[in-house]
Amino acid sequence: MNQLIYYTLHLADNNLILTQRNAAWCGHGPILEQDIAITNITLDLIGQSRNLYQYAAKLINEKNIKLVETETPFSLENEVNEVNEDSLAYLRTEREFKNLLLAEQPNGDWAQTILKQFFYSVYQYLLYEKMQYSKDEQLAGIAAKAIKEVKYHVTWSSEWVIRLGDGTAESKAKMEKAIKELWRYTGEMFVPADYETAMIAAAVAPDVALLKGEWMKKVMEVFSEATISSPFGGDWNETVFMQTGGKNGIHTEQFGYMLTELQYLQRTYPGAAW
Amino acid sequence: MQLHDLEKAFQQKIDNEIKIEPKDWMPDAYRKTNVRQISQHAHSEIVGMLPEGNWISRAPSLKRKAILIAKVQDEAGHGLYLYAAAETLGTSREQMIDDLHSGKAKYSSIFNYPTLTWADMGAVGWLVDGAAILNQVMLCRTSYGPYARANVRICKEESFHQRQGFESLMILSKGTDEQKAMCQDAINRWWWPALMMFGPKDSESNNNDQSMKWKIKRKSNDELRQQFIDMAVQQVKVLGMKLPDDKLQWNEEKGHYDFGEINWDEFWNVVKGNGPCNKQRLEARKKAHEEGAWVREAAVAYAKKKADRQHTSANENTAAA
Repeated sequence: MNQLIYYTLHLADNNLILTQRNAAWCGHGPILEQDIAITNITLDLIGQSRNLYQYAAKLINEKNIKLVETETPFSLENEVNEVNEDSLAYLRTEREFKNLLLAEQPNGDWAQTILKQFFYSVYQYLLYEKMQYSKDEQLAGIAAKAIKEVKYHVTWSSEWVIRLGDGTAESKAKMEKAIKELWRYTGEMFVPADYETAMIAAAVAPDVALLKGEWMKKVMEVFSEATISSPFGGDWNETVFMQTGGKNGIHTEQFGYMLTELQYLQRTYPGAAW
Repeated sequence: MQLHDLEKAFQQKIDNEIKIEPKDWMPDAYRKTNVRQISQHAHSEIVGMLPEGNWISRAPSLKRKAILIAKVQDEAGHGLYLYAAAETLGTSREQMIDDLHSGKAKYSSIFNYPTLTWADMGAVGWLVDGAAILNQVMLCRTSYGPYARANVRICKEESFHQRQGFESLMILSKGTDEQKAMCQDAINRWWWPALMMFGPKDSESNNNDQSMKWKIKRKSNDELRQQFIDMAVQQVKVLGMKLPDDKLQWNEEKGHYDFGEINWDEFWNVVKGNGPCNKQRLEARKKAHEEGAWVREAAVAYAKKKADRQHTSANENTAAA
């Protein structure tokens, strides 16, 4: 049961952390229409993450799970009697968050933000497409509901990758720089953490290792239309060492700052209702 | 028709409550006043995203975060309808944005005040959106058709925002002592600036008469301000909070509340650019615009390439046929 909770939290954290990043564009986008578009995606992501946190909270509360038994200490029990979506988002510590490293990467410029969203959305689409048939009915339901939204995220971000790649020399250079920056965080998506392996065995989670081929195919199609070739001077996969750790709570240095900001009010006024 | 006949027919339409549409003849001054007012309203929506956007990353719950993101996004949407409405009068969005950035065009001064605590999100919703709605409800009946219709859409969303703001203050007002204090403090800081949103006193305002005659405006600054005060006095009781004005008192004879003197010196200073955040707000907008330039250029370049390719392939098809 712990593994299902961890898996659900991993899915929820991916979306929340990307929400926190994307939301920084709201009011600062390069084009008013696109400010609205990326904020739509942000709203979809936070909505999905809430469904997932609510499910994780239900599992924890119903089963009275002692999460402290596992290798990452789970601090919640000391702070609240019953967990809910907010205690899961606002009262866990850096090491308890299980999001992909990709999700927490800084926004950088519009090219970097777009590329991050594109990599994640293509992955999320392939994952949720299969998760609709999960043995876990709740996760299946959440995936089925989200997939329509994610389909649009793939379309929107693909169009922008193409537009920037095949736009001006400057936009192409920025897109290539973004690829150099972010490519090393893509490998983590396809290496299962222990909780994923357990959930894959239980036919709850799709096998992420098997999504890699499809993911590469889609990404390469879009890159090709964007007239982008590998900035690594060779094979995309073999030349780059992939960073991992996010799924197991080993994050990048700036993650703690981001979490501090996200959790500030709940930490300052413990137990207050908002 | 002679000019004065056109003017007469124009005024007759307005008197008969017939909306003026983009292709209709209108006096230059009517066109100019509308461009000025509609673009100012659009800029206010866009600059208005900044003070609230300031709290998105720190919103205290997932629900509040989602509500706040959606609200700020709605303001972007309002900006979009309003720019579109102003464009029907022959001024491009680019021109209007340039005028904002150069300081030629104004936006509502209220957004030059800082949002310092979470309670400010509630106070802005209740007081700032509340004051804006009174103005916008009036503008749903303004004489220029596209502007009136834009306001109808805006009002629907705006009244929802105001309820959300009030609800968020209600929660604080029933919360811990610290939350109650935060709520009162926010009301104290936003009350007077909210009253200033209606503009100078009627006796000091130079745009009022002509705008009323053309039915661009239908109520004077002072009328709207009084209406707002009378409402807020009742609403603050529901919150169990106080409005920061010792002189607020029911005046039986007038059938309205009397209120204290607004600090007009502060008002004019904020209008002139000396408010606490004038500089930051404009810089944030310019930064977004300048840093977005390469993105807009890329989009244009790509669209052109795509159109050229389609054109070429269409020609090839024709040649093959």
